[in-house]
Amino acid sequence: MTASALATAKVGVVTFPGTLDDRDAARAVRLAGGEAVSLWHADADLHGVDAVVLPGGFSYGDYLRAGAISRFAPVMESVVDAAKGGMPVLGICNGFQILTEAHLLPGSMVKNDHLHFVCREQVLVVENADTAWTRDYAAGQRITVPLKNQDGQFVADDRTLDELEAEGRVVFRYEGWNPNGSRRGIAGITNAAGNVVGLMPHPEHAVEAGFGPASEAGPRAGTDGLGFFTSVLGSLVRA
Amino acid sequence: MGRVVVEVMPKPEILDPQGKAVVGALPRLGFTQFTSVRQGKRFELEVDGEVTPEVLAAAEQAAVTLLSNPVIEDVVRVADIEADAAATVTSQGLA
Repeated sequence: MTASALATAKVGVVTFPGTLDDRDAARAVRLAGGEAVSLWHADADLHGVDAVVLPGGFSYGDYLRAGAISRFAPVMESVVDAAKGGMPVLGICNGFQILTEAHLLPGSMVKNDHLHFVCREQVLVVENADTAWTRDYAAGQRITVPLKNQDGQFVADDRTLDELEAEGRVVFRYEGWNPNGSRRGIAGITNAAGNVVGLMPHPEHAVEAGFGPASEAGPRAGTDGLGFFTSVLGSLVRA
Repeated sequence: MGRVVVEVMPKPEILDPQGKAVVGALPRLGFTQFTSVRQGKRFELEVDGEVTPEVLAAAEQAAVTLLSNPVIEDVVRVADIEADAAATVTSQGLA
C-alpha cells in the first residue's frame, strides 16, 4: 500500500450526545495515516466515508439501556445499511453497546458483576486476526489497551456463545483477569462477514507513545491499539 | 387520559447485579427474611383518551422493540392501569 492510497481512505467517527472518545478515535485514525471525518448523530449522510467508528462514552446518559436510544439516531440507519453492505464498522465500549442494540452484533452488555466502574490497563488476547479491524495483529498476540466501563459485562445465551466460538467470531478475550464478569471472558466479537467488530476496551487510547499504557518500552509508551486503525486502512486499500 | 403500565425484568438466567447489591444491603437494616432481590423497570405510558385495544397493542410493540432488550430482559406486564383497580389501590395505599 502507498501513503497516497492511505490518505484517500476516509474513516467516519460518529458523535452522539454524550459521546466522550470521538476526538481520540479521530486522532487514532490520523496517526494510522487515514483521514478522519466527523459524523453527527442527527445527520443520516455518511459523507462518503469508507469505514465508521462508533466511539465510547455515555450516549444519551445510558438512559433506558446503554446504547438503546442511540440505535434510533438518523445516522445509525445509514451505518446499519452500510455495515450490511460490507463497510467496516468498529464499536468501542459504548459503540459496542450500540452495535448490539442495533442487532449488528449478538448479545448485550449488563452492569459489571462487581458493580464498580473499572478503569485499568487491560491485556487482551487477539483470537481472530482476520477481521477488517485486526489484520495487522497475529492470532494469539497479547495486546494492552485501556479499559473503562460500568456496563461492560458481555452476556448472551449459551447457543449464541457456542455459535460465536464455533465460527471464530470471538475476536478478543480478557487475559489474566475478567474485569466485568463477561461470559467466557469475551472482550470483543465480530459479525459473520468480519467487517463489524465491537469490543469494550479502548484501542484508541493506545496509539501514541507518551500517551498510552505502560509497555516494555517504558511508562505510557504502549501503542498496541494502533493496529486496529492500520488494519482497517489496509483493508480499504486492498478492497 | 389513559395510562398503560409496562414492566420489564432481567431474564432469570441473567445475573442481576443491582438486585444483588440490594439484597446485600437489606440485612444491614434488619430485613433478614429476603433471600433474593431482582430489580426491574416500570414504564407508565400516557395517552389522550381511553386505553383501547389498539393502544395496548402499540404499547406491547413498544415494549418489545424499545423498552426492553430481549437478549437480557423479559416484558412481564403490559396493562391499562386505570382499569386495573387492584394496582391503583395499591399505589394509592403506598403513597
